[in-house]
Amino acid sequence: MASVCFYFQVHQPYRLRHYTIFDTGNDYFDNHKNGEICRKVANKCYMPANQLFLDLIRRHRGRFKISYSTTGIILEQLKEYAPDVLESFQKLADTGCAEFLAETYHHSLSFLFSPSEFADQIEAHRQVIYDLFGQRPRVFRNTELIYNNAIAQAVERIGGFDAILAEGADHILGYRSPNYVYRPPNTSTLKLLLKNYRLSDDIAFRFSNRDWSEWPMKAEKFAQWVNAVNGNGYVVNLFIDYETFGEHQWEDTGIFEFLRHLPTEILKHPDNDFKTLSEAAAAYDAVDVVDVPFLVSWADTERDLSAWLGNAMQHSAIRELYRLEAMVRASNDPQLMDDWRRLQTSDHFYYMCTKWFADGDVHKYFNPYDSPYDSYINYMNILDNLRSRCSVVAPTSPAHDHPVSAMSA
Amino acid sequence: MKIKTLMLGWEFPPFISGGLGTACYGLTKAMDRLGIPVVFILPRAMPIRLTAGGELAGTGTFGQHYQTELRNIRLRAVASTLTPYAPGQSRAAANWRKTRAKTENGVDVIALEEATGANYGPDMQEEVYRYAVRVMKAAEGEEFDIIHAHDWMTFPAGIALATQTGKPLVVQVHSTEFDRSGEHVNQRVYDIERQGMHAASRVIAVSNYTRNIVINRYGVPPEKVEVVYNGIDFNGHAEASYAGPRSDKTVLFLGRVTMQKGPEYFLFAAKRVLEKMDNVKFVMVGDGDMLHRSIELAANLGIGHKVFFTRFLRGEDVDRAYQMADLYVMPSVSEPFGIAPLEALQHNVPVLVSKTSGIAEAFRNALKVDFWDINEMANKMVAVLRHEPLHEMLLREGRKEALRFRWEDSAARVNDIYHEALGVG
Repeated sequence: MASVCFYFQVHQPYRLRHYTIFDTGNDYFDNHKNGEICRKVANKCYMPANQLFLDLIRRHRGRFKISYSTTGIILEQLKEYAPDVLESFQKLADTGCAEFLAETYHHSLSFLFSPSEFADQIEAHRQVIYDLFGQRPRVFRNTELIYNNAIAQAVERIGGFDAILAEGADHILGYRSPNYVYRPPNTSTLKLLLKNYRLSDDIAFRFSNRDWSEWPMKAEKFAQWVNAVNGNGYVVNLFIDYETFGEHQWEDTGIFEFLRHLPTEILKHPDNDFKTLSEAAAAYDAVDVVDVPFLVSWADTERDLSAWLGNAMQHSAIRELYRLEAMVRASNDPQLMDDWRRLQTSDHFYYMCTKWFADGDVHKYFNPYDSPYDSYINYMNILDNLRSRCSVVAPTSPAHDHPVSAMSA
Repeated sequence: MKIKTLMLGWEFPPFISGGLGTACYGLTKAMDRLGIPVVFILPRAMPIRLTAGGELAGTGTFGQHYQTELRNIRLRAVASTLTPYAPGQSRAAANWRKTRAKTENGVDVIALEEATGANYGPDMQEEVYRYAVRVMKAAEGEEFDIIHAHDWMTFPAGIALATQTGKPLVVQVHSTEFDRSGEHVNQRVYDIERQGMHAASRVIAVSNYTRNIVINRYGVPPEKVEVVYNGIDFNGHAEASYAGPRSDKTVLFLGRVTMQKGPEYFLFAAKRVLEKMDNVKFVMVGDGDMLHRSIELAANLGIGHKVFFTRFLRGEDVDRAYQMADLYVMPSVSEPFGIAPLEALQHNVPVLVSKTSGIAEAFRNALKVDFWDINEMANKMVAVLRHEPLHEMLLREGRKEALRFRWEDSAARVNDIYHEALGVG
């Protein structure tokens, strides 16, 4: 049996506006740009991809299934800037063949800095998924597939989840294959689903690369690779950024045509099927424990945290951000809280990455700043303003020690 | 094929007054290391102990010194009062010549002052042509395959020599009249620059920024304009840092205090920084025709007590200025390349540069601003002074990147261009 499990990540940050040390406003976000990008991606990716998947689900009468993880803040932005996309996601949810996963509402790195904030954001996200799609998520994915044993254990403690996702990195799997279901150590029921990064990246990164020996990759060829898993595994976990379709791989690369034919080709083999992630977790027993004491992610060749926390600026920015948590909570000011949370989105720290800056790299495409230094300066200026708002709200208090008294002040 | 060059250059140590001298010297030294033979013609205002065009070796102290150190370079002095910067633009350049002149007997100080008395006065023009005649004479006994001239004052000599000998001319543009004078260009200087660029087989620009000026303002066909970045002699070792107690932060301007270098933008930004932070000093090192105006401006802005003018510094004093600094700012209105930021990094000082500079296009680990954007300049200054991680990253990554600007690479590229100009593989 080879069950193909598609999961698509849907996310856009709230990009910051240019904010100097001389600015004093509370409007930190570039609404114009965020709206523009949201609509652009909606036209190039979200709308055509949603329509395509809707067609495929209908045509295959329940045999084609997919999963989505949509961050809370992309859902907010779609509501404001592209409500038709939100509607089409709702239609997908209504088919019963599209599952929605849980993650941190703000696509944050909160697990690393504040366990309580981590739990709050998961709860907020579960709520918005229920409100919009009528589903109670059973599978958790952490921001950028950042994962270790402790995250799995924390997620099990929070409760309500059957499975958690992670990168099927070679250095955590060793000789083992990502095409089985595993479980984390010291958990009772939680299962671990690992990304098959070779087959995922064939679609996400290599699809249009003419120097690639497998180019052009047709649906038929890809199906053969999936068929080869039969006998060596149960699942083929294809975890892909949704923007791959139409945005990273443009329409003229043939990516939509590839997807259109893929289900038919996969289903030609009688032992293949499509499953949502919770179906896969339910269908197969865990074959082994995978021990991941250190943090892994799905980013770059390093598969580590260096894209977000690889240099002194990134560390200083995020430390300063979470240092404000107690004061922000004590303020009891929903607007302040919301601003603080939007600043937690991992993209802000990604923009400060200097790792490939020297080579003038692929990351530029995703970066609204000219340099990681500019991004840090802008972020710190905003944080400075946010801090001053905290102290206005709770002027006297060492608020983090006495949140309750500060609240009543 | 080993190509022999006749180079019409500027300034050899210890008398280097600015970027042009530094660049000529750095390039020539690297060519020497690569084994490229060069006859280096040096304008020299010293008392003429030798016959015009006579060989310097063994007669002057510095001539002797470099004859032994640089094996493939022959240095020849040509009597001339030309200096790389127009007087008034560089008090320093004129000053050292004057002081040297006084210590060595027999020099006509008055004539010197005359020659450097006014912005590109008629004497300057004449001197450029007088120099050309002397170069022609000096070149008579020399064997060379190609002529390489640096900046406009040497162009007429280069053209004349190329016409007479039929050898190809390569001109290198370290700065243009538009950089030096904004839109108020001196027509005669512009014409000389233009003639030189058009007469040359190849034009070397020190950045794409300059290359665009050469193409757009001088109408030179793009296919013959090449970019060769400057280098820096950088061994990667940390210079000693100033160890004394320091409660104040220091922001450094170091360069000629002229319109081109944007000193007033530095001061306007300083004023804004002081609105946000009190414990900051601003140090302006350099001389120039805008010095007095800058001192007045600082006073008028009410920040006179926070801005320190040191005038022109050299040697250890320059090192000390860098050691005190937390940030180096180059707010140039128009800077063809900009070696100074690389020197600042060499001295462990992170840098903020204007976008209208060659270095801004070639260098990543620097903060960049539009020179006129006072707010943004101040914003970035404050950030570096406040946030240690930013200071640290700019410095560490900047030093790493500065190591890549090697004069050997520039010299090898120049050698390739010689081959192209001669049409040999």
